[in-house]
Amino acid sequence: MLNLKPITALGAEVPQVDSFDGLEIAERADFALASLAARQGEEVLCATKAQAYLGFALPQPGQGSLAAPFSAFWMGPDQWMIAAPHDRHEDLASHLKQALGESASVSEQTDGWCRFDLSGAGLQAVLERLCNADLASMAAGEARRVRLEHLGCFIWCLEPSQSVAILGPRSSAASLHHALVGAAKSAL
Amino acid sequence: MMIDHPLLGLRDAQEFTYLGDASLIDRPDWQAEDAQDAFHDYLYLRDNPAGAHRELWFHETGDRSWLVVTRNTLTHEITKVELARDVARARGRSK
Amino acid sequence: MNQVNRLTGGQINRAKELNFRFDGRSFKGFEGDTLASALLANGERLMGRSFKYHRPRGVLTAGSEEPNALVELRQGNRQEPNTRATVAELFEGLEAKAQNAWPSLRFDAMAVNDRISNFLTAGFYYKTFMWPKPFWEKVYEPIIRKAAGLGSISFEDDPDLYDKGFLHCDLLIIGAGPTGLAAALTAGRCGARVILADEDFRMGGRLNAETLALGDASGSDWAAEAIAELASLDNVRLMTRTTVIGAFDHGIYGAVERVQDHLPQAQADKPRQILWRIYSRRAMLCAGAMERPIAFADNDRPGVMLASAVRSYVNRWAAAPAQEIVIFTNNDDGHRTAADLIAKGVKVPAVIDVRADAPAVAGAELLAGAEVIGTEGRLGLTSVTVRLANGQTRKIKCGSLAVSGGWNPNVHLTCHQRGRPHWNAELAAFVPGPELPSGMTVAGAANGQLSTAQALAGGASGAVAALGDLGTTAKAIDLPQTEDAPIALKPFWHVQGGKSRAWVDLQNDVTVKDVKLAHQENFVSVEHLKRYTTLGMATDQGKTSNMLGLAVMAELTGKSIPETGTTIFRPPYTPVPMGTMAGRATGKHFHPTRKTPSHHWAEEQGAVFTEVGDWLRAQWFPRQGETHWRQSVDREVLQTRKSVGVCDVTTLGKIDVQGKDAATFLNKVYANAFAKLPVGKVRYGLMLREDGIAYDDGTAARLAEDHFVVTTTTANAVLAYRNMEFARQCLWPDLDVQLISTTEAWAQYAVAGPNARKLLKKIVDADVDISNEGFPFMACGEITLCGGLRARLFRISFSGELAYEVAVPTRYGDALVRALMEAGEEFDVTPYGTEALGVMRIEKGHAAGNELNGTTTALNLGLGRMVSKKKDCIGNTLSERKGLSDAAGLRLVGFRPVKAQDPVTAGAHLMRASGEISADTDQGYITSACFSPNLGCSIGIGFLKDGANRMGEKLRAANPLEGSTVEVEVVSAHFIDPEGERLRA
Repeated sequence: MLNLKPITALGAEVPQVDSFDGLEIAERADFALASLAARQGEEVLCATKAQAYLGFALPQPGQGSLAAPFSAFWMGPDQWMIAAPHDRHEDLASHLKQALGESASVSEQTDGWCRFDLSGAGLQAVLERLCNADLASMAAGEARRVRLEHLGCFIWCLEPSQSVAILGPRSSAASLHHALVGAAKSAL
Repeated sequence: MMIDHPLLGLRDAQEFTYLGDASLIDRPDWQAEDAQDAFHDYLYLRDNPAGAHRELWFHETGDRSWLVVTRNTLTHEITKVELARDVARARGRSK
Repeated sequence: MNQVNRLTGGQINRAKELNFRFDGRSFKGFEGDTLASALLANGERLMGRSFKYHRPRGVLTAGSEEPNALVELRQGNRQEPNTRATVAELFEGLEAKAQNAWPSLRFDAMAVNDRISNFLTAGFYYKTFMWPKPFWEKVYEPIIRKAAGLGSISFEDDPDLYDKGFLHCDLLIIGAGPTGLAAALTAGRCGARVILADEDFRMGGRLNAETLALGDASGSDWAAEAIAELASLDNVRLMTRTTVIGAFDHGIYGAVERVQDHLPQAQADKPRQILWRIYSRRAMLCAGAMERPIAFADNDRPGVMLASAVRSYVNRWAAAPAQEIVIFTNNDDGHRTAADLIAKGVKVPAVIDVRADAPAVAGAELLAGAEVIGTEGRLGLTSVTVRLANGQTRKIKCGSLAVSGGWNPNVHLTCHQRGRPHWNAELAAFVPGPELPSGMTVAGAANGQLSTAQALAGGASGAVAALGDLGTTAKAIDLPQTEDAPIALKPFWHVQGGKSRAWVDLQNDVTVKDVKLAHQENFVSVEHLKRYTTLGMATDQGKTSNMLGLAVMAELTGKSIPETGTTIFRPPYTPVPMGTMAGRATGKHFHPTRKTPSHHWAEEQGAVFTEVGDWLRAQWFPRQGETHWRQSVDREVLQTRKSVGVCDVTTLGKIDVQGKDAATFLNKVYANAFAKLPVGKVRYGLMLREDGIAYDDGTAARLAEDHFVVTTTTANAVLAYRNMEFARQCLWPDLDVQLISTTEAWAQYAVAGPNARKLLKKIVDADVDISNEGFPFMACGEITLCGGLRARLFRISFSGELAYEVAVPTRYGDALVRALMEAGEEFDVTPYGTEALGVMRIEKGHAAGNELNGTTTALNLGLGRMVSKKKDCIGNTLSERKGLSDAAGLRLVGFRPVKAQDPVTAGAHLMRASGEISADTDQGYITSACFSPNLGCSIGIGFLKDGANRMGEKLRAANPLEGSTVEVEVVSAHFIDPEGERLRA
């Protein structure tokens, strides 16, 4: 029985939620992440095995897929981020590695990131004060790495124009949260 | 500036980190007779053209690709953008 | 005196009266007024004093190009200097103060400058304050700084918020006059993503200021209808109060939106202004044109204004600058002013037209072929003196003179990417040249299409063309019937033969005479003219004066205007507050803060934090009774070496390196060999730059044949990753290796000291063998702890003690440090911070940033043997250069003071025991120093020539900065446990 109690990126026992007129900013701690990179020469095998395990094809450059239990977005050439619910997939990385074997390199990324889900009608107005991602052009599942509050973050489109997840470096969760809340107060 | 990333399309140059002359791909053979001289030239001697320049940009706030961007240093017009890995292979760096 | 010059009509809201104060006096105006229009409506023409001579000045224009009417708006920490009264929207309770006037606007003591103006001509400062040289900084400059300059600042922190933002569009339309509106309607109706930006708070441009009809509607009604339609379109974003300040590369534009400047009180949490970065696929510059003045004697008196500005005030704001207004023009457009004034019931005593064949004016006397040669009125215009065509002079009483010298297309933004405007002889003006910023087209008056009909047509067809480039078929809107007057103008720049000074640049007090003086002294290049006379500098950047200065210079050199030069412009279009440029990156939010996993716990312990890059790290943990940092640090060091200490080392960069060729790859990026490192082992690694200089060090742990975890220093984490990606993609593109940063994913703690194993044994799960045999020095492995949590364990030591580093997923980091401290209670465990960490690594002689300082090689660091000669790695070849491989060169050694109480100082240079202390006799330098509580004295490490062979030698550590010299003895850098027995215990 594990006797260490986890805390959220913002340092609390439960995730923080901030509500504004037209936007909700919800900290998320209930997801596991792993990066997956195809080995050189094994790209086809990697794609086949990944599809078998995930239930969908690895996304093309700039794209992503949202499904249950797994979701994925393209991070770089032959590299993807895979996400799954934390409670049942805390060992996502090791399971992925088992499934893909020598065809891929897998790294646990779960706690490399803090995550804030932004949703509501005011999303566009808030996001445009934070980063250069063009929300109107983003399809569901697609993620873009952007600079936000001087931090390298992913904007991950959950529902076009309505909802995104912002993944940022976990150690800067407080700075990122401050920026998100500041922009929401400013724009809404 | 906007850089037309071969995989992602137009991206703001602010997302990139600049390195310099793409000749940095042509790292000399360490076992050659004149390795010392070749490395010296490789590291210290650069052309500084007023015009088309092939240069290395790293998509740091992006997909982490190194790109070779052909840019006119006078007008900032960008005429070609390639994945540096493809360029490196084409220039015989495969082994 | 309540709004004595207020007329009927206008686009102001008379239902909403506003109170405001200017220079201590109270006035009333209406919603929709600017400060300038409200002052004029109240009969106030005097609005400021000039920059150099403190001449009384009024308002010249009705827009952002205003050179004269600069005021200090608001009070206290919101006071803003150099606000143009012409664009400051009136709000209830507005407070403004005139600038450059002391003790008052009406009586300004500094106006004495005007009396000695003969001494203050062009180049005055350069000529007068040359000698004696030291006087410039100490005497002259402070006096000049105090006397000159525009406005003053509050010296208080700006309390307002500023935002930055990013917008995307197919078509950015700059300017919402007739051209911009026609373009926006054309593009908007076809569904394109359009941004229409205008600096004014009311869109419509000249349509709001003229009495022209468009079809059946007045210009302003047509504009209002167009704006209403555009506002109903989801694909069109209307941005009023938004100035596009710069055209940058590849369709990127900068724009400043003034969100709250027009409100009495800034709303909390809302920005005052927003700096937008606009990504446009195409852009249309529809910025219109600016009327230009004519220079004549005493043309700077309050009441002398541009004719178009007079029409703006009368038509849009229903404010007459005076009851009697004379017109002075060289073109037909000026005549329109007379008609508009007469229609509003303002008297027009005369229209003075320099053209002998000027057309007649209905309702006013025309003085054709006449010129204004002087003006009268101390604080405001009372009359003008005219030289008639027949040579006689005549004085005409008036309170305002409306001047029109023709129109300059507003080419400003076309120049931002090196574009140079072209001369158009028909307009006698510069129009945009062919080299425009990529993706930009210019339409309407900005492109020299000065009639309303041309503007509308140009806007509509321009939008069709721009969208056509993007593959969208748009249909030009049906254009209404409207004015389409041809250009009728005689180029005319300044009146010859006036007695007094004729002003070219009102903002910088540059006269025709100054331009002549510059010419006389051979400053004939326009760029030199500008710098010598200050023509075209300051807040207006010469929008109303550059052309005039150029024309005067052309006349003097006998060349044509285009031969003389062009004036080009740089961003920003109008002044931008520093706060807007800074955005939210102020104070402690200047950069983001990175917190370690133990941050909350460390705060509870009362830790003192230090910034390491963006990281906040615990520097030391004071305990009760400790009053000096040294007490805490000494205790942490001693306790760790005696029993056990815990330190958060999460900040080190961590890079996951995987792939079949991972080992081969590490062999190339590290100077030392990694190929044969067994699985389950860690090795120290040194990275070189290609020039052979060491730049980073860390460890690589081999978790599997094809999996390493590499650590970098905290400072170089980003750089090392970038360099490794360069090596992977550009140098060895076919190696099978994949990289990803995992710095943040793992919370990592060093557990160091003789009792480290005992402590850890209580934490790791029962089946994990951490005995010295089962997990020896430099072992690593994936384990579980605290009941099954996946973790990584490394037996590595920076302190020199028996030590481990243990890593868990970051979310458990807080709980783990608490668990470690609880488990360590029986051993009197101490947390230690970066200071104790530093002391212990110096005691152990480990190199850090001070030693890897960008000048040192592996050889210097005493690691020369590590650099493998049998393989290719970055930096290997050039590290063998003669200058870098001197056997008797600098070597890392330790230093102890000969007298135990003496301090060893980092940065001190080493000199032989006797002889001169000079750079020539330099033996090396000390890089790191500290007090060692274990040795009971100060110690240091550093680089000494041939250091390895000089053990025991006495040297002097000279610190000329502080005038101290300390005698030191050369010792091994390994002060503690040189044999490494503790590490392996």
